[in-house]
Amino acid sequence: MYQRLPEPGGMPIPFTLDGRRLEGRAGDTVAAALLAAGVETCRTSAVGGAPRAPYCMMGVCFECLVTIDGVGNRQGCLVPLQAGMAVETQLGHGKRELAR
Amino acid sequence: MNTLNEVSELAAAYDLVVIGAGPAGMAAATLAAGAGVSCLLVDENPAPGGQIYRGIGSTPLTERRLLGEEYWKGAEIASAFAGSAASYLPQATVWQLSPERELGISRGGRTRMIRATRVIMATGALERPFPIPGWTLPGVMTAGAAQILLKTAGVAVSGKVVLAGTGPLLWLIAAQYLAAGKRFDAILDTTPKGSWRKALSELPRFLASPYLRKGLRLMATVRGSARVISGVTALAAEGSDHLTQVRYTVAGRESVIDADHLLLHQGVVPNINMASASGCAIDWDDEQLAFVPRVDAWGATSVGGIAIAGDGAGIAGAEAAAERGRLAALDALAALGRITPEEKARRAAPIRAIVARYDRGRAFLDRLYRPAEQFRVATDATVACRCEEVTGGQIRDVVANLNVLGPNQLKSFLRCGMGPCQGRLCGLTVTETIARTRGVDPAEVGYYRLRAPVKPITLAELATLEHSEAEIKTVARG
Ligand code: FES
Repeated sequence: MYQRLPEPGGMPIPFTLDGRRLEGRAGDTVAAALLAAGVETCRTSAVGGAPRAPYCMMGVCFECLVTIDGVGNRQGCLVPLQAGMAVETQLGHGKRELAR
Repeated sequence: MNTLNEVSELAAAYDLVVIGAGPAGMAAATLAAGAGVSCLLVDENPAPGGQIYRGIGSTPLTERRLLGEEYWKGAEIASAFAGSAASYLPQATVWQLSPERELGISRGGRTRMIRATRVIMATGALERPFPIPGWTLPGVMTAGAAQILLKTAGVAVSGKVVLAGTGPLLWLIAAQYLAAGKRFDAILDTTPKGSWRKALSELPRFLASPYLRKGLRLMATVRGSARVISGVTALAAEGSDHLTQVRYTVAGRESVIDADHLLLHQGVVPNINMASASGCAIDWDDEQLAFVPRVDAWGATSVGGIAIAGDGAGIAGAEAAAERGRLAALDALAALGRITPEEKARRAAPIRAIVARYDRGRAFLDRLYRPAEQFRVATDATVACRCEEVTGGQIRDVVANLNVLGPNQLKSFLRCGMGPCQGRLCGLTVTETIARTRGVDPAEVGYYRLRAPVKPITLAELATLEHSEAEIKTVARG
């Protein structure tokens, strides 16, 4: 599990994961907000369908891939959280990015 | 600095483009912009700082003792950069840097091609892969990742936490966690027993380096308040859908400890993907056990007009990185005709003296914290390539039975290195696993041949390019 330190934190930021309402803080990336909200598995792997979680938090491992507002394969650890974001757990190869 | 929000705000060309906003990149851009050249700094993160000074302008942990004085040194570099005339494009991906210095840059789903007369890559380091059984399980992350969570979001890993590995950063991260009031159930030290002896010849130089006091202080603090288990020779993360326990071996005896989290770290290595894809020569460095771009004393690579500054050109640490950024910037200014060769040499002299000071202790640290082979080469059952889920056993099989000589050939049999991380998390493991199997040197095995795009880019993003003839050619060549 993950805990926020009692330091004065940023403003609460509401978002959803698979339709469920969650809350992050201003300054969080999507991956940090998910972990702090108790979501430790953000996707399943492309080949074996095994559960995976953010591993590096610095944009190199691609373990934090999620769908954000309909766009698949986004690196949650690089995307700043914004109010109202609809995040989805990514299954396998994930959604194609044709939405744009 | 002049912060840009969209690729459409970029100029078509800059005198200097710096890639990466860590200490090297910030220092380089600040110095160059101060001399009046048009300078762009592009970075992937939302704010300047890179990884070592991540969140330096925005961390919620404002109480200075929590992250330590070393961290706050970054504030000076960041504020000098903020006060500079350089343009700054955060949250952007450089997916291509061609040898002709054409850059493909994406942000928010739109992409542009721009040109640079000079380029300084300051793409830094990443944590060395740590392939152990179960390292793909949720609950396992790098110690660096835990540190980034702490710095940027004030979020700490808690519950039953085990920290494992070796290297100076391991102790720094441990000390930061302890200062934040967190605890570890155990720290499993994988530093090989014989390392002290091998490092001894470098000890005198280390004693004269700035690392000594800081390093010893950190280790003493941590050892005083956590259970440190030394001489760990094997590690495994266990659980079905999430980590539940860590198995480890000391002096031939196996033990198991309950754990919700396992934080892994065994040093950092240069992030060479972009350098390699741009055609820069890369060499195997046996002291650092990593591939390192070939650079001269100014950071200039084998490709004209492209330099590398900071840990991306060989690990030397954050303080040295800023100085190496300044050296590369001076070289760029001279090449751009803004300063004379004499002025370049004169201004470089005091900078070189500082770099040399930090250089002194490096060899000692490299030897002392040289990660053991069993943690660099994947065992038969251990996943080596996390993206394509390829094990050490599969690699050994193909190498031995199909006479595969190197990682590029291996791709066509096993797809390892072809997933989204493009070998960043498996490249060294694969090279060393092949080298062991063939009984040759990693230098002979070589590294993945890398090509643009160095970060995945979507077709939708490519479609936003303005289709001038030249731009289409650039993309096609990539
Ligand atoms: S956690 Fe590694 S890329 Fe996001």
